[in-house]
Amino acid sequence: MIEQTALQIGQKIKQKEISVMEAVEASLMQLRKSEPKLHAYVTENDKIAERALKIQEGITMGRYDSPLAGVPVAVKDNICTKDLRTTCSSRMLADFMPVYDAQAVENLKRAGAVIIGKTNMDEFAMGSTTETSSYGVTKNPWDETRVPGGSSGGSAAAVAAGSAAYALGSDTGGSIRQPSSFCGVVGIKPTYGTVSRYGLIAYGSSLDQIGPIAKDVADCAAVLEVIASYDQKDSTSVKRDDMRFTDGLSEDVRGMKIGVPIEYLEEGLQEDVRESVVKAAAMLEQAGAVVEYFELGMTEYVIPAYYVIASAEASSNLARFDGVKYGYRAVNYEGLHGMYKKSRSEGFGAEVKRRIMLGSFVLSSGYYDAYYLKALKTKKLIKKSFNDAFEHYDLILGPTAPSTAPRLGESLECPLQMYLGDIYTAATNLAGLPAISVPCGVDKYNLPIGVQFTGDCFQEKKIIRGAYAFEKMRGTWELPFMKKEVC
Amino acid sequence: MSNRLDKEMIEHVSILAKLDLTETEQIQAGADIEQMLDYIDKLKELDTAGIEPMPHIFLVRNVFREDEVVNADASEAMLRNAPNQSDGQYQVPKTVE
Repeated sequence: MIEQTALQIGQKIKQKEISVMEAVEASLMQLRKSEPKLHAYVTENDKIAERALKIQEGITMGRYDSPLAGVPVAVKDNICTKDLRTTCSSRMLADFMPVYDAQAVENLKRAGAVIIGKTNMDEFAMGSTTETSSYGVTKNPWDETRVPGGSSGGSAAAVAAGSAAYALGSDTGGSIRQPSSFCGVVGIKPTYGTVSRYGLIAYGSSLDQIGPIAKDVADCAAVLEVIASYDQKDSTSVKRDDMRFTDGLSEDVRGMKIGVPIEYLEEGLQEDVRESVVKAAAMLEQAGAVVEYFELGMTEYVIPAYYVIASAEASSNLARFDGVKYGYRAVNYEGLHGMYKKSRSEGFGAEVKRRIMLGSFVLSSGYYDAYYLKALKTKKLIKKSFNDAFEHYDLILGPTAPSTAPRLGESLECPLQMYLGDIYTAATNLAGLPAISVPCGVDKYNLPIGVQFTGDCFQEKKIIRGAYAFEKMRGTWELPFMKKEVC
Repeated sequence: MSNRLDKEMIEHVSILAKLDLTETEQIQAGADIEQMLDYIDKLKELDTAGIEPMPHIFLVRNVFREDEVVNADASEAMLRNAPNQSDGQYQVPKTVE
């Protein structure tokens, strides 16, 4: 059962072919098998049986009409879940027990979702490999010597390993799409403001979005439809007229205009990634899309602008962790300020401290204009280059990441190198755009490659349509656990 | 155009960041920020004269609503997350002599 998509499992539950408990047990059995090797989860939901029974009862009584009712889901550990430990993979929040659900989680629960557990991530979502977690690394289900990507590495690995039918991740600079690409699954970062950030532990608030990770495009569209909502509790939430994202599931791309930025295929890109993406573009062209290669512009300025803005917002957002209201408090300290400083220094890991320091610097008096303000002006120019592109194209297509999954330990040696891996994804966060990563092939080591479709703001249906059509042309996609003997 | 941050500057930034860094961490932090700034300096190539900074993608307005209580009192559960609490309040080290 676990090799089926979330929608297929939901359908079986609806038609009473299987019970919610059977779906949950199948996931848990796979989790018992894969977790000792992969470590995709930080916390398992110990009340899952109770929840499964309750949902089953609700389904029998006809209380749920969602196609995802009763389907097991994994939730990234920076998304608050009431009475289920939420750590952000940080020592700082080792015992944090949220008193409310994030709005996205509340929406899922209302649809009858059953949470399997909380997934591992880079500490406070800062990293691209899930190696900065305080609770150990997660391994890539395709090759256990490699990283799953990050920061939503646990969510992507859980879906790719079949221990959850789908998962929630969060994306600040590529943290849903890059691990989806590395693990051979599908992930969507919605238009900024589409999914409420209420209950998402903030990293870079102007960039953060929650989104789905699943086995295919249809699942992702269905999950997004459930989690998206206008929310008064998030002041940047956008009231959208049309959120029927599954209406975008069309195989017809005839006449769709697709632009491929030339600079996305230039230096720094792994050769077989380039070939695979160019092949995907050619397939779409054959299906009737109009494909053009064009110069997007501003690409080289994306990462410097992104790191200034993300670090600045992080330094401000993470000021709340002071050892008073929640989280870690140092044992030995002198005075109030000593307590703040000691608690933070002992509670945060190296990468988090690195970004808080950089953020504090770029916001400090004397440097604010030169760095922070300059980055915000650069962001405006990046947004403009996308606006110009969307005058001509329905979609922008390119690689999700410059390479396939690196080996464990390789990336942390040079942080700057790791940051550069966000080059194709971070631009869409800066511009607030929706984007989806879909598997398009494997490299010479049999590691998955992802192709990214980016749309203009509020054009989720277009990216879903392009991705869905491509997925159908590409054909069946087998995850590693489907090939091995499954008990 | 290599950026140099002296010890004093790193100390100043760590005060702003409310971090208590060890000597080794300070040296590492200095080197890290210098390396990032050298890279970020690429932005200086860009002519941004007359460009408005863009803090938000969409026009942001104040969002007003009636101040009505819609949630239940969760103060007890919230206090359980505190490292130290006393008499239904957060407990902090002595701040006034």
